[in-house]
Amino acid sequence: MSDELLNTLSSIIANATPLVIASLGETITERVGVVNLSLDGSIILSAMVGFAAALATHNALAKANPDLALAVGLLAAMLVGMIIALIVAAAGIELKQDQVAIGFILTLLGAHLATFLGEPVARQVGPQIIKAPIPILQDIPILGPIFFRQTILVYFSYILVIGIWYWLFRTRQGLALRAVGERPTTAFARGTKVNRTRYIYVAVGGALVGLAGAAYSLSVKAGWTTPPSMEGDGWIALAIVIFGGWHPFRVVLGAYLFAALRAFATVFQRSANLDIPVVILNGIPWVLMIITLVLVSSGAIERLLQVLPKPVQKFSRNFLRSDPPAALGTRFDAE
Amino acid sequence: MKDQSLRTRLIFGVAPILVSLLVTALLIILVGSDPIAVASKLWSGAFADLLSASNVVNLWIPLTLAAIGLVVTFTAGLWNIGVDCQIVMGAVFASGVALYWPIPPPFLVPVAIIVAMIGGAIWGMLVGVLKVYLGVHEIFGGVALNALANVIAITIITGPWKDPSNSRGTAPFALDALLTPISREVNVSLLAFLITVAVVIIIWLALRGTRWGLQLKATGKNARSALLLGVPTSRSTLSAFMLCGLIAGIAGAHRVLFTFGNLRPLVSGGIGFLALLVVLLVSMRVLWVPIIAFIFATLLGGSAKLKIDLRLDASLVGVMQDTVVLVVLLFNGLRQRLQDRRAKAETPIPMSITATVDNQRAIGDVTE
Repeated sequence: MSDELLNTLSSIIANATPLVIASLGETITERVGVVNLSLDGSIILSAMVGFAAALATHNALAKANPDLALAVGLLAAMLVGMIIALIVAAAGIELKQDQVAIGFILTLLGAHLATFLGEPVARQVGPQIIKAPIPILQDIPILGPIFFRQTILVYFSYILVIGIWYWLFRTRQGLALRAVGERPTTAFARGTKVNRTRYIYVAVGGALVGLAGAAYSLSVKAGWTTPPSMEGDGWIALAIVIFGGWHPFRVVLGAYLFAALRAFATVFQRSANLDIPVVILNGIPWVLMIITLVLVSSGAIERLLQVLPKPVQKFSRNFLRSDPPAALGTRFDAE
Repeated sequence: MKDQSLRTRLIFGVAPILVSLLVTALLIILVGSDPIAVASKLWSGAFADLLSASNVVNLWIPLTLAAIGLVVTFTAGLWNIGVDCQIVMGAVFASGVALYWPIPPPFLVPVAIIVAMIGGAIWGMLVGVLKVYLGVHEIFGGVALNALANVIAITIITGPWKDPSNSRGTAPFALDALLTPISREVNVSLLAFLITVAVVIIIWLALRGTRWGLQLKATGKNARSALLLGVPTSRSTLSAFMLCGLIAGIAGAHRVLFTFGNLRPLVSGGIGFLALLVVLLVSMRVLWVPIIAFIFATLLGGSAKLKIDLRLDASLVGVMQDTVVLVVLLFNGLRQRLQDRRAKAETPIPMSITATVDNQRAIGDVTE
């Protein structure tokens, strides 16, 4: 495999990581029955706050300890994501407001706040998370350069996928989590505190969304600019959750697939030396988003499966199951 | 719970405004500026002279139109985030006519507006078709089409309609292709103003008193029951999207045929999103739309000088608007909660251990 291809693949993994983390956060949130539509604004605001916090700490420490500054930045971003997610949850659970409406307003508010408050740190050079190759693993041919010469955030995202899958499908708490998202009444009857469970996982999901924001400003996009360079990716992450059928492995696959298509479109445009304006490239993610959602939602995949042999059909159907959690976006009142 | 005391209503009417003003004031202090100075700058930016006031009206026109269109889609229970792309497409279609169609002057502007309406309706229909026939939730269809409409507009501006002498958009339209202002001082198009007022009244009447309006409401309240009762819900949904697009198309036409005088990138200026906020604030009360839209247009018009005079980013006004709507919704919930508690205290029904899942319409039906 040529070095150039390996580099491209490795950068796809790196660029997909914020999407992976954000869509996994939203997967947990939606699995427990809450829609946090504010992803785009959450990511933008937490990216700005994370960067500003890291920069301020970095300067306060006289640039002596960049790791500490970065840690402060990551934590600040997670806190922002968590607070926004909890506003959505509290407005839905306690105040009986439409989660979609609250999420939409917070999307706008996040972006506006970030632009307004982020002015002083825009285009500044701040601390960045540097790559930390893993000894031994990095020397594995092909896989090493692609997967194990990355930043610590990328490694965290690998662990996160497996961790979330295990938690959701192999633990008692995960069963309760899914029950709350599918059949809150039954979960309640079996003794689960429905709303408390929702708050906990929404907070965790929101913190992950915030972390995704910091992954942009402290690693992938390097710093903060206005207009924010990651604008729109929050919506993409929301679509990836649907594409991924609320299953961590498929969600991650979706995020990588998406980043790959995006990267190859750029490479193709550059190498073929086509006279395509750059703006058309900006349209590609959205076309992809519509196509994938149509494939998932219109039953086209279902019809495609009919052609396949029976055993394959059964396996693929399980893998491609794409029903949303039954109680998604609904309210639960235990009278 | 009609017997709400005047005091409660007053508190819940005023408190959200005060809270959101307080929040914005704190933010302004946080960045080292003076809230009072900002307020007076906003006021003078909006109403210093006739020209500034005209500017507010010129923002009010497309904002009101887009918001009225959204009332239609919200009535049908649809989250038409794509309204922004419908404005953009209206602007693109109107520009095509204004730039290239050889039509005699008295008909040029009306034709441009009608073509803009068709353009907006086509894009509205796209969102509707994605939703009704392909199962793509309108929020995602809308977000994607918003981005695509802007990509298309920019591609056209920098490609086939490129004007070598103008880096900010297409060539300026001929004078005959523009809506004419009332006078030099009152820089407002009377035609556009009258169309806006007419649209408000027509939609108000149509939603109240027609069979179509009733079917739309039924679809919005509970699409499944409506379908079982014989309401053609797919047709209702599509018609709502198209009508919204049609009205948003007029807003787009106003942007290019009056405000800018040519087609430029990001032509909608985020008016579609602002219109969504307006409608979230007034819910379905059509006649409140022009009033709230006027307040929002005032803030937007007033923000023009913030950057130059106080070196504050104009996104401050966005923060204010978002905060007001958020706080109002939260206070609505709070009031509801207090009422429910009071009602429960008054009616001693034997408590049974029942749990209900209220299936409010939400994003849950993404893959229905």
